[in-house]
Amino acid sequence: MIDEIGHFALVLALCIAVIQATVPLYGAAKGDGALIALARPAALAQFVFVATAFFALMHAYATSDFSMLNVAANSSSMKPLLYKITGVWSNHEGSMVLWVFMLSLFGAAVAVFSNNLPPALRARVLAVQAMIGVGFLLFILFTSNPFLRLFPVPVDGNGLNPILEDRGLAFHPPCLYAGYVGFSISFCFAIAALIEGRVDPAWARWVRPWTLAAWCALTVGIAMGSWWSYYTLGWGGWWYWDPVENASFMPWIIGTALLHSAIVVEKRDTLKAWTILLAILTFSLSLIGTFLVRSGVLTSVHAFASDPRRGVFILLLLGVATGGALLLFAIRAPSLQGGGLFAPISREGGLLLNNLLLTTAAATVLLGTLYPLFLDVVSKQKVSVGPPFFNMTFVPIMIPLLIAMAVGPMMSWKRGDLWAALQRLKLGFAIAAGAAVLTMIVMGFKSVGAACGLALAAWILTAVIVEWAGRIRLFSEPLGSSFRRAVRLPRAAWGMSFAHAGMAIVVAGITGSSAWTVEKIENVKPGGSVELAGYTIALDAVKDVRGPDYIATRADMRLLKGDELIAQMHPEKRFFPLENGNQTDVAIRTNLLADVYAVIGDADGKGSYTLRLYYNPLVPLIWLGAATMAFGGLVSLSDRRHRVGAPRRARIVAAAAAQPAE
Amino acid sequence: MRRWFYLLPIVVFGLMAAGFYVGLGIDSNVLPSALINEEAPTFDLPPLPGSDKGFSSADLQGHVSLVNTFASWCGPCRMEHPVLNALAARKQVPIYGINYKDTGEAANGWIKSLGDPYTRIGMDSGRVGIDWGVYGVPETFIVDKTGHIRYKHVGPLSEADIDDKIMPLVAKLQK
Amino acid sequence: MTPLSLRGAHGATKQSRAAVKSIATSLLRCARKEVVKLAACLAILLGLCGPAHAVRPDEMLADPVLEARARDIGKELRCLVCRNQSIDDSEADLAHDLRVLVRDRLKAGDTNRQAIDYIRARYGDFVLLKPPFEVATWLLWGGPALVLLIGGLGIARYLRRRSGLTDPPPLSPDEKRRLADMLDTGAER
Repeated sequence: MIDEIGHFALVLALCIAVIQATVPLYGAAKGDGALIALARPAALAQFVFVATAFFALMHAYATSDFSMLNVAANSSSMKPLLYKITGVWSNHEGSMVLWVFMLSLFGAAVAVFSNNLPPALRARVLAVQAMIGVGFLLFILFTSNPFLRLFPVPVDGNGLNPILEDRGLAFHPPCLYAGYVGFSISFCFAIAALIEGRVDPAWARWVRPWTLAAWCALTVGIAMGSWWSYYTLGWGGWWYWDPVENASFMPWIIGTALLHSAIVVEKRDTLKAWTILLAILTFSLSLIGTFLVRSGVLTSVHAFASDPRRGVFILLLLGVATGGALLLFAIRAPSLQGGGLFAPISREGGLLLNNLLLTTAAATVLLGTLYPLFLDVVSKQKVSVGPPFFNMTFVPIMIPLLIAMAVGPMMSWKRGDLWAALQRLKLGFAIAAGAAVLTMIVMGFKSVGAACGLALAAWILTAVIVEWAGRIRLFSEPLGSSFRRAVRLPRAAWGMSFAHAGMAIVVAGITGSSAWTVEKIENVKPGGSVELAGYTIALDAVKDVRGPDYIATRADMRLLKGDELIAQMHPEKRFFPLENGNQTDVAIRTNLLADVYAVIGDADGKGSYTLRLYYNPLVPLIWLGAATMAFGGLVSLSDRRHRVGAPRRARIVAAAAAQPAE
Repeated sequence: MRRWFYLLPIVVFGLMAAGFYVGLGIDSNVLPSALINEEAPTFDLPPLPGSDKGFSSADLQGHVSLVNTFASWCGPCRMEHPVLNALAARKQVPIYGINYKDTGEAANGWIKSLGDPYTRIGMDSGRVGIDWGVYGVPETFIVDKTGHIRYKHVGPLSEADIDDKIMPLVAKLQK
Repeated sequence: MTPLSLRGAHGATKQSRAAVKSIATSLLRCARKEVVKLAACLAILLGLCGPAHAVRPDEMLADPVLEARARDIGKELRCLVCRNQSIDDSEADLAHDLRVLVRDRLKAGDTNRQAIDYIRARYGDFVLLKPPFEVATWLLWGGPALVLLIGGLGIARYLRRRSGLTDPPPLSPDEKRRLADMLDTGAER
């Protein structure tokens, strides 16, 4: 019964979306207030219905209702409740429902939190949002319906892929989708602006919080995915440039460019057409990512099982949404004339450089991901593009960006003084050089690359602190006055400092991971031990244990430094009989600056077990840095200035009347 | 900025979408062989236990042959086996078997219960398979009279594959 | 008790999965059985291709220099069973065979390039994780630089056009005189 309600709710959501997509748009064109006002309740109603469907599906999973095909194919009664629930989005159909859930959630959020928007703009934004909803709801109902029944009802389901039975991974998709799909709002704002034919600083101010929210979610989502692969896949790697990873990374890169470009629109009323294009491209990359993952054009371990019919449908959606948007852009954008002029060396120039490098980086990732496909289409040759390509091309593009990241905030608008900015960064030079030299002394003269990496991180971090210190006039005014300034600093400024600092921390983590990982692979008998980077790892015993839906080989190990016991570690190798698959449960001991990472492998038949042990210095910084960046984004999001809207006409008239002209 | 600059994004996107559309029709899982038109590798594989006829590259000289990799642990091999039996019965082209990463007893049992379409069978621990560019089973190669590989079929053979792809090429090479 | 029978088989299916899938086939009206089979194969491979850096202690060479070279090569070769992993990371039998082969070639005196080419000759360019520098891949390797160049030129052009607008036309003599008058009058007040 609940399943039928869920199914029906989806159909109702589709009907509402159709109304929401057309009526307010017409109303905005005609200036009809009543029709415009329909947008908000429609968006809220759409969310209510989609949420009903989503929770109906979740209910079916939680109660192991195997009369539903989707539940039977992707869950089993032996799963712990958490994994029954997260099994909802472990497959194509369920994850599409999560997709439209996020879409309608953001739509409802715009409906609720947009009192500062002019009604006509809001109506247009929600209408375009609904159009996307219509597309995806049609897709779900016609090609990927999770509410189909199964008869005869099987006794138990097929189970969940063992790799997905993990606490961290459970929440990775919702976070990722919140980011992915949240960028649709920026897209809708861009289209609405193009329809209206007007992009002004107020528009940039309004679009910013939504872009920030989506960006924060995507940052956390990608970081979670990366962290999960680190502690699950058992080899200490955390990024493989897999097509699906790239599909989530590209919107993030362009989203970052968008965040920076929108600042220029807001402050200087220029770069409008470019910012609109970025807003369109960010969500388009999300759509391209959805296409790549679900259509089967690319082989990836992450990809869902594919059906060419679905592929064509998504391509159609992509064509209409992105093609339509870019067509509108080609027609309308030339009439967006900019204001503010600026010299090349200025903050605007710095942000332009930021955009140039980020766009090139995204284009590089896109090129590498799609090249095998396009070469095959054009000339039937098969090549493969793997991590070596991306590492060789992406890193050289990011390095100038990271260097410039320190200088940019020091420049003033319109016309900046590069020399003065560099003078302020003398301390940064010194600390970066010192870090490089120290690294080479401590770790040996061959580690030039690593030295540069740490120098870069130090450079950025010092610049962030110097910039902040400059804003609060630290040491040039009495401390009390500095403190007052700090408290009154706009939150966006704090956000920027945290976000840039987070980036520096990530760079440090990446450097450590690439340069100084120590690996030991050995056959060890219980009672033996291994030396690793100053630690001793003693293998005490290996037992067989049983879990709710698996049997495992579990090792009892002690991590010692000299004679001091630091931790007990219990890596496992699990076998899931129902799904006939394996999962490695890695044991990690972290002190937030380095990880000791232990994996138990196969027995060699002679009483020894293969142990894979890694010492990963600085790796935790990767995720700490990402968390700091997301935190910076949240801080920025809470800035009060985002809630100030366009002054309403009535108030201006009243104010003018109240003050007699001088 | 000039007008045409604004058209650039949609043009690039259009090309990309066209590429995607064509790409949907391509099966990204099948890899073409790197050895097409190359000479078949030199090898000498031991026979199954109880047989004295192994399989070596010398056996491929002078006539068109089919070389089929199979294993008793492979499900799709089981599916294609009747097709191979039927083809062998037609006596138009000899089929040689490479038993890939298998045990002698299991292979013998498999052949006994399912039928033996093979003129000769050689046992391979995997090394010869690498020389042939094998990355899974079953895979079937067409080798011409001079010992050059002319065609590779990945996956189980169906009747349609035999009639539409394999036999026409075999007939052509046999002329 | 790892299910070797399913690893490395083209289009393998499993009994219960086949049952659900065949019902799914008819219900979803997905008439393409090949797609379902392939999907099942991929689904199974998902379970097998996942975890663990797969180099085994008994594969590793005694000479650390050679072993390090073998590892570097391993990072550049793609496992063809578990497509998204290098041979060093994949647990598939083929990956194991290739790892052993690479080490044998190195012991026989091949350079890194020769060992890679040996495998490339048998499996084609697809086995390389680092695409070769050829005519077919010029656009790939040159792409980033090209984008950077085009972007840079675009920005340069944009800035030059905008800066052309900042310079107002010079004042005519009449306008200059009027400006001087205005300034004088202003200074007196």
